[in-house]
Amino acid sequence: MSNSPLAEGSCPSLSFLEEKGRYPGLLAWILSTDHKRIGLLYFVSIMTFFFVAVIFGILMRLELIAPGRTIMDPQTYNALFTLHGVIMIFLFVLPSIPSIFGNFFLPIQIGARDVAFPKINLLSWWIYLAGAALVILSLFTGGGPIDTGWTFYAPYSLRTTVNVPLAVFGVFVLGMSSILTGVNLVTTTHRYRAPGMTWFRLPLFIWGIYATAWIQILVTPVIGITLLLTLVERLVGVGVFDPSKGGDPILYQHLFWIYSHPAVYIMILPAMGVISEIIPVFSRKTIFGYRAIALSSIAIATVGSFVWGHHMFVSGQSDFASILFSLLTFLVAVPSAIKVFNWVATLYKGSIGLEPPLLFALTFIFLFSIGGLTGLFQGALAADVHLHDTYWVVGHFHYIIFGGMGFGFFAAIHYWFPKMFGKMFDRKWVIPAWILLFVGFNTLYFPMLVLGWEGMPRRYYDYFPTFHTLHLISTVGSWILAAGLILMFGNLIRALIRGEKADDNPWGAATLEWTISSPPPMENYKKIPTVERGPYDFR
Amino acid sequence: MEQKDDLQSATARTYVYVWIGLLLLTGITVSMAGMDLGQLGVWVALIIAGVKSGLVLLYFMHLKYERGFFFKLIMPGTILLLVLFIAMVFTDIAFR
Amino acid sequence: MEEHKDTIGSKIGMWIFLLSEVILFGGLFVLYSAYRFKFRGDFHLAAMDLNRLLGTLNTVILLTSSLTMALSIASIRKGLRGSSVVYLAATILLGLLFLGIKYLEWSAKVGHGIYPNSPDLLGRSSAEVLFFGLYYAMTGLHGFHVLVGVALLSAMCFFVVKGKIKKTDFILLENSGLYWHLVDIIWIFLFPLFYLMA
Repeated sequence: MSNSPLAEGSCPSLSFLEEKGRYPGLLAWILSTDHKRIGLLYFVSIMTFFFVAVIFGILMRLELIAPGRTIMDPQTYNALFTLHGVIMIFLFVLPSIPSIFGNFFLPIQIGARDVAFPKINLLSWWIYLAGAALVILSLFTGGGPIDTGWTFYAPYSLRTTVNVPLAVFGVFVLGMSSILTGVNLVTTTHRYRAPGMTWFRLPLFIWGIYATAWIQILVTPVIGITLLLTLVERLVGVGVFDPSKGGDPILYQHLFWIYSHPAVYIMILPAMGVISEIIPVFSRKTIFGYRAIALSSIAIATVGSFVWGHHMFVSGQSDFASILFSLLTFLVAVPSAIKVFNWVATLYKGSIGLEPPLLFALTFIFLFSIGGLTGLFQGALAADVHLHDTYWVVGHFHYIIFGGMGFGFFAAIHYWFPKMFGKMFDRKWVIPAWILLFVGFNTLYFPMLVLGWEGMPRRYYDYFPTFHTLHLISTVGSWILAAGLILMFGNLIRALIRGEKADDNPWGAATLEWTISSPPPMENYKKIPTVERGPYDFR
Repeated sequence: MEQKDDLQSATARTYVYVWIGLLLLTGITVSMAGMDLGQLGVWVALIIAGVKSGLVLLYFMHLKYERGFFFKLIMPGTILLLVLFIAMVFTDIAFR
Repeated sequence: MEEHKDTIGSKIGMWIFLLSEVILFGGLFVLYSAYRFKFRGDFHLAAMDLNRLLGTLNTVILLTSSLTMALSIASIRKGLRGSSVVYLAATILLGLLFLGIKYLEWSAKVGHGIYPNSPDLLGRSSAEVLFFGLYYAMTGLHGFHVLVGVALLSAMCFFVVKGKIKKTDFILLENSGLYWHLVDIIWIFLFPLFYLMA
């Protein structure tokens, strides 16, 4: 990069953490339109909800440690798995990487001072909080916490006496936050790239976020209207999903999954972008197949918009549709596989530095591959008849979402922590945390694949004694995993308070964020840089 | 900074002509509704609606005068996405 | 922090947001097309209950409001603030007229016992139940958007009067116009699907 790091670092400007603005104290943060502060606001709120959902998961596993009632009644269990899903998906997984790291680093990585619409950025965080508040309120009002599963399928969601209207309205509001973030990030990428930052010199993280943003914009409204209709249905009874009035509940499923399948690409594409950032840095080698990885993000977003019917193979959908969706599902696996091959090819003959970011990135590749491959089983029509709605599916999506996106998120935190906070965490403590996480994760979720194969249905409060051993192992896994989470986050929190000061570029990376100080100054760049090299050019 | 004017802009006269065109098309579609065209009826209505929307997009919404090839494609692209969603739902409901 | 406004970026952002609105209504069009296919002929029967004259009138009103909207922007482009305000006011009035007629239609229907979950409606065929369910849902969502548009344009009127929107910076008006035209386009499709089906 033509802008020497010294020029930035020697200026005694305050970092974005310290600089005083128009408002005092807390207001300086919650009314800030700075993309970095907003990224951290999202970080705090998202992590809060993550831990709530983790606790719900632990409680669920406690109930399932043995057949019969353990600590709760069936209605409570149904509410817990519903809320675990709703909170994890809508309050954690979907917003996390785009709203935290996308907001924080997209402008910096493209050489900009902020996003295109800073005020709308702040608004999207407030809308996120409003949506979260509505969902929480639904737990304590109306008929109480929802028990429909996070999928809110009609006709049960139309009949159950719990507070479906408020909960789905809350999710609708959360969708608006997602759409606004998407609009902001697409516009910023188009309009604010620094001179010389051509599309094919963009960091691959940006390609991931960009493709994700388009999905956010184009499919979130579908679940918006679906949930709105569910709400209206509950309130006035129009009949569109109600079989007693001639409505077709399978149409509900179509509309629901038209969003919710591409939603999983909103979850995974940013995480894949993070992995694409980390692998070259810690192999000291430029990424293998830059264009293939960049364009595969677009391919996944595109093809992935037309596979939703694979969630509906046993719903009553026509065979013709099922065959078509199955074919497209196998096709969409190809661009994902291309990424995995290219990452591995990058590592090959690289100079590997097994630092925490790479450790988590490698774990991503391993766990995501298992998740992806188990997905292929489900894509095969005949196999899916056996596997649908069993624990196989639960294992599959936890490997993909938690093993994939979750570990990608951990990788992103460890990679960008020194840049965001100007402090370095204790790298030694990551090892035991990782061991607990890895062992705990696989102990928790691998048995689910076996359980599902053997016929254990998902969302069941009770089960036959033959399934007891595997459930017991799984629950113990959840404890090990929880310990790992505590250790990992404990290490990071301690670094926030007492960590050593970090260099501007502790990892020796070549993307633009590492040319400015750690933490960055409020305006990112005193002088917008001119870009002359690619993002993984380590010469 | 001044808002740069685009390549050119439609004149008030152009807008009035477009409006007259829209009213004429509305008249056509209403009178065709009176005829019995069977299954073809809805397609004729949709095509006329499409032409009307095209006029609004190109002239009132200024797309004809904007720069950027890909930019002009995003609205038709989105409508295509919708058409594909409908088509794929029909692979279910029409073949049950 | 920003030295100057990026009006092109602002316009791009608005267009992208409008795409999400298209998809929002699009979900309802998916349902409409599915149920129309399922019930075929019976949809036509239900449509006969709608007032084609009022529907056509509303179409003309909205199309004209798009004209006045475009003329308002053309005026401010030439620095003619007075004309711009007048055309904006006309647009708002036409929007309110549209909503007024919609209210008349709806209240007439409700008066005849045709509304979601009414005993009269439930006594009819499923086709009619769903036709009117979709009618209320789609024209309702559309009407809500018209209402928001009227509020938005009223704010813009205020800005033009105050000079915040001017010849050298009218992106707010332009973006509001884009929103208004899209609401018109959605009606252009709703109109034949509900009123011209009988």
